[in-house]
Amino acid sequence: MTDGLALNLTPLLPEIVLFLAALALLVVGAFKDKEGARIVTVLAVISLILAALLTLALSRTTVLAMGGHFVEDGFAAFFKMLIFLGAAGSLIVANGYMRDAGIERFEYPVLALFSTLGMSMMVSANSLLALYMALELTSLPLYVMAAFNRDTVRSSEAGLKYFILGALASGMLLYGCSLVYGFNGSLMFGELGRALSVDGRLPVGTVVGIVFILAGLAFKLGAVPFHMWTPDVYEGSPTPVSTFFASAPKIAAMGLLIRVLMQPFGHHVVEWQQVVILISVLSMLLGAFAAIGQTNIKRLMAYSSIGHIGYAFVGLSAGTEKGVVAVLVYMAIYVVMTVGTFACILKMRRDGRYIETIADLAGLSASRPMMAACFAIFMFSLAGIPPLAGFFGKLYVFMAAVDAGYLWLALFGALTSVVGAYYYLRIVKIIYFDDPAAAFDNTPHPALNAVSVIAAALILFFIVVPGPVTRAAGSAAASLVTPASGAANVPAPASRVTALR
Amino acid sequence: MLHTILVLCPALGALIVGLFGRYLGDRASQIITCGLMAITALCAWIGVFTYMGEPAFKVHWFTWISVGGLEADWSLRIDSLSTIMMLVVGFISFLIHVYSVGYMSHDPSKPRFMAYLSLFTFAMLMLVTSDNIIQLFFGWEGVGVASYLLIGFWYTRPSACAAAMKAFIVNRVGDFALMLGIGALFLVFDSVSYDVIFNKAASLADTQIVLFGGTFQTLNIITLLLFIGAMGKSAQIGLHTWLPDAMEGPTPVSALIHAATMVTAGVFLVARFSPVFEFAPSTLAFVTFIGATTCIFAATVGMTQFDIKRVIAYSTCSQLGYMFFACGVGAYQAGVFHLMTHAFFKALLFLGAGSVIHAMSDEQDMRKMGGIWKKIPLTYAMMWIGTLALIGFGIPGIGGFAGFYSKDAILEAAYASNGSFHLYAFWMGVLAAVLTAFYSGRLIFLSFHGEPRADHHTMEHVHESPPIMTVPLMVLGVGAVIAGFVAFGMVEPEGNWWGGAIFTGPENHVLHAMHEVPLWVSLAPFFAMAFGLGLSWVFYIAMPGTAPKIAAAVRPLDNFLRNKWYFDELYDRIFVRPALALGRGLWHGGDQGIIDRFGPDGVAGTTWGTALRIARLQTGYVYHYAFVMLIGVAVFVSWYLFLQR
Repeated sequence: MTDGLALNLTPLLPEIVLFLAALALLVVGAFKDKEGARIVTVLAVISLILAALLTLALSRTTVLAMGGHFVEDGFAAFFKMLIFLGAAGSLIVANGYMRDAGIERFEYPVLALFSTLGMSMMVSANSLLALYMALELTSLPLYVMAAFNRDTVRSSEAGLKYFILGALASGMLLYGCSLVYGFNGSLMFGELGRALSVDGRLPVGTVVGIVFILAGLAFKLGAVPFHMWTPDVYEGSPTPVSTFFASAPKIAAMGLLIRVLMQPFGHHVVEWQQVVILISVLSMLLGAFAAIGQTNIKRLMAYSSIGHIGYAFVGLSAGTEKGVVAVLVYMAIYVVMTVGTFACILKMRRDGRYIETIADLAGLSASRPMMAACFAIFMFSLAGIPPLAGFFGKLYVFMAAVDAGYLWLALFGALTSVVGAYYYLRIVKIIYFDDPAAAFDNTPHPALNAVSVIAAALILFFIVVPGPVTRAAGSAAASLVTPASGAANVPAPASRVTALR
Repeated sequence: MLHTILVLCPALGALIVGLFGRYLGDRASQIITCGLMAITALCAWIGVFTYMGEPAFKVHWFTWISVGGLEADWSLRIDSLSTIMMLVVGFISFLIHVYSVGYMSHDPSKPRFMAYLSLFTFAMLMLVTSDNIIQLFFGWEGVGVASYLLIGFWYTRPSACAAAMKAFIVNRVGDFALMLGIGALFLVFDSVSYDVIFNKAASLADTQIVLFGGTFQTLNIITLLLFIGAMGKSAQIGLHTWLPDAMEGPTPVSALIHAATMVTAGVFLVARFSPVFEFAPSTLAFVTFIGATTCIFAATVGMTQFDIKRVIAYSTCSQLGYMFFACGVGAYQAGVFHLMTHAFFKALLFLGAGSVIHAMSDEQDMRKMGGIWKKIPLTYAMMWIGTLALIGFGIPGIGGFAGFYSKDAILEAAYASNGSFHLYAFWMGVLAAVLTAFYSGRLIFLSFHGEPRADHHTMEHVHESPPIMTVPLMVLGVGAVIAGFVAFGMVEPEGNWWGGAIFTGPENHVLHAMHEVPLWVSLAPFFAMAFGLGLSWVFYIAMPGTAPKIAAAVRPLDNFLRNKWYFDELYDRIFVRPALALGRGLWHGGDQGIIDRFGPDGVAGTTWGTALRIARLQTGYVYHYAFVMLIGVAVFVSWYLFLQR
């Protein structure tokens, strides 16, 4: 490895591709007037897939870059794959809606690409500085996307709310970062990890710093009590944007959170565990109960996502490698379920207008059996009913909690999922047993059908071939946990920091 | 082989007609069941001539249960007792099957009726031929089910359904005791097989058992439990309330189940377990007392009833009392003898009553009959035969109807015995004989004689029943006349009727002693009968209108009897209403009030409430959201700090 400014850019290839693609598409969009949006979308999806392939091709060993601020390892690769595919899925399903809603503009895929670039950097961030930068790069396009249908009040409101609260969260995060830096004298995760790997109490400043960083990331995840924006933004934003919100950024924030908690603060699991458990319990509770009274399917999905983040946190709160594996599997399954469900929601169109109330699904099984079957599969899976994938996601996180001695947390999770099952199953009941409402329009967008059917098949057949996902998650978690202790022996990062100065 | 065919034919008939009767049609169903019953009846007759008086033997089918020490087979025990019971059940059941073809000719669900009758016959045959107490219980419950189904045959009538349920539930009380008895038998004898139990009984005569802190003689307890079971099935006082109500069923059912066969299962049980009862003096005393009390009680009630079938039902109850106290004083043979004769004449009476009801366009109230004897002479004659057999008409020293032999034998045995309560039983028996003659005469005179009290329309339709109904009547009539004379050998001490099927203890010489009673004892039943019959003639023929005057004079007594000693009212107060109140209390208070309220409903309600309250947190104001976030951070930080410090 060379030192100095001779940067090794190989680990950043996916990001570079995304960056260049975004810039190029901006130009393409500007020159192509009418059908520009469609072309840009296709190209954006292609570049996302290219980035995913590059990620897959890159070596799985841990490689530092950009003076140690950027890390490429199996863990980051796993999340990048999820992010790229989730983002690609959300873009594919977006096109039709955008056209029908009259907001088909080429800026949308470009913004999504920039945001995805930010997410990709989030999961590779290896310092507090990189963390903040990446987070902001992710967030800024998201604010714009939330308000993308700027002519409607609701969309503008969603964007504004998200922006204000996001700014608040960013402020908290930044404050936490500065506290940690101030008390430990380093921004680098590796050095922080070494500095904090002493037994005994942490300085107050560090503790408060951790809490603030946690709060900032929990906001992105929509975990209680930083979830308040979620229902309003999900409901107010155009549905494709909600799809995007529900998938890729959550994955990225979860990846970043795990890295921060396991690497710099990995030695003090016992201490952050309390907060994670509390957030987890609150999120599961709220996700289970608040969704019951909802009539809008997007709002319901918002609460559902809050609950699912709570379940993922159950695995995280174990603080073990097994827990991390569980969370990775959970997030992988979650992103498939979510994109699939939103693809179904995007098909809810009657007389050319998109509708969002649950009651409109009544008797769907009679008019659109295939869509109804997919919907039912997603709902059963979200409720965590075997043998669908959602069940295994829950199984892994609960197992991890039980192994770590948190039997009560697993039981609590099981109980709240019983409550949650009520509103998922209610949708199935409405679809299959209620008197049919008027039929939906035939969807003119084959991409929607493809996405929902593929997602349903993945959910349905996870039980047959769970290997690829669980194996990948296993090696990803190993690459996160093992080098953290192994890196302590390597003095290289420190020298690189000096070199950078 | 003979007995296997005998027992399984009715089962086959029940299966075929029960499952496929709808496709076979009415006629085919009747032919199949009656035909199979004819085979059974034929086998029963062959059995009587072949095996009567022979030693017991077994027809082993296969092993049913074999668990640890519990070994129960499906097998038949053939001895004189089961042979005579098979004859009674098989033959009378066959006659009633045939009679039903005529009686049920207007009913829409004939196959179902025939299937139930055959099912009952099968279960009853299993009961009487069983070789162990488990199989006995199978038959016991089987006849209970069949009885329930047949009482409630006209299930659209609420009263029939209620009666069916009553029969079932009251029988459960007895069955519970029987189950305990079976358990106790297995506990003490370590076997459920009759052979083992009967052989070991004598050696256990002096053993004690500790129960609820008291010490009791083992066999007394066991036999008492068995007898309580018998009381339920045989409608003895206390557990008799279901029998009169069971008359809601079609009349052939009343004849077969509630007169001739099923209700005598209790008597059969006691006779079958005579090797055990003989060593249980206290239980025998209890049996005598209950039998005698039932005998007089039912006779008094029978005097006041107006429903023709209810009169006969109480008469059945009363006659069962005779049988029981015969067993109680040690004369099991006399009890079974009476059981056999009674089966003939009581079936005859019921079928005759059925013929009357049929003729009177389904009228059962005797106050609305009268003056029809000339129109239905054959039925009238048969009713007289049945009545004379029931009241035991006969000339002492010469001969008489069936009941004459068996009832006299019982009363003589009661007098001659040295068991407890034997004189009580004797006097009650004599008194009941007076009442029996009275209410039987009353039945005949009210139904057939006097001015016609039915409306014009009904009277015009009075007609003799078709031959398919009257022929079985006549066959039974023959039985009612000669059964006593033919089978008198049953109570002869030297006769070889029983072949050891009924056990008499070494101290028990009642069969000898009953033939050496004073002359007045032998004559007492005759005079009792003559007096009772004469009295009824005076009341209802010579001086009609006397009865109501007397009834008015002793109004409280009349009410007491007419209301069946207020047993139903008493049970209603003591058991039914508290049980209903308890049930209602547990339902409203326990289930709805506690389990539902705090369980499903409560949880669901709380969930809804919580959901609504949580949803209300989502105000939509951005400053609220920010506030929540800040509060959250503040809480987390302070929690952390407190946890750290």
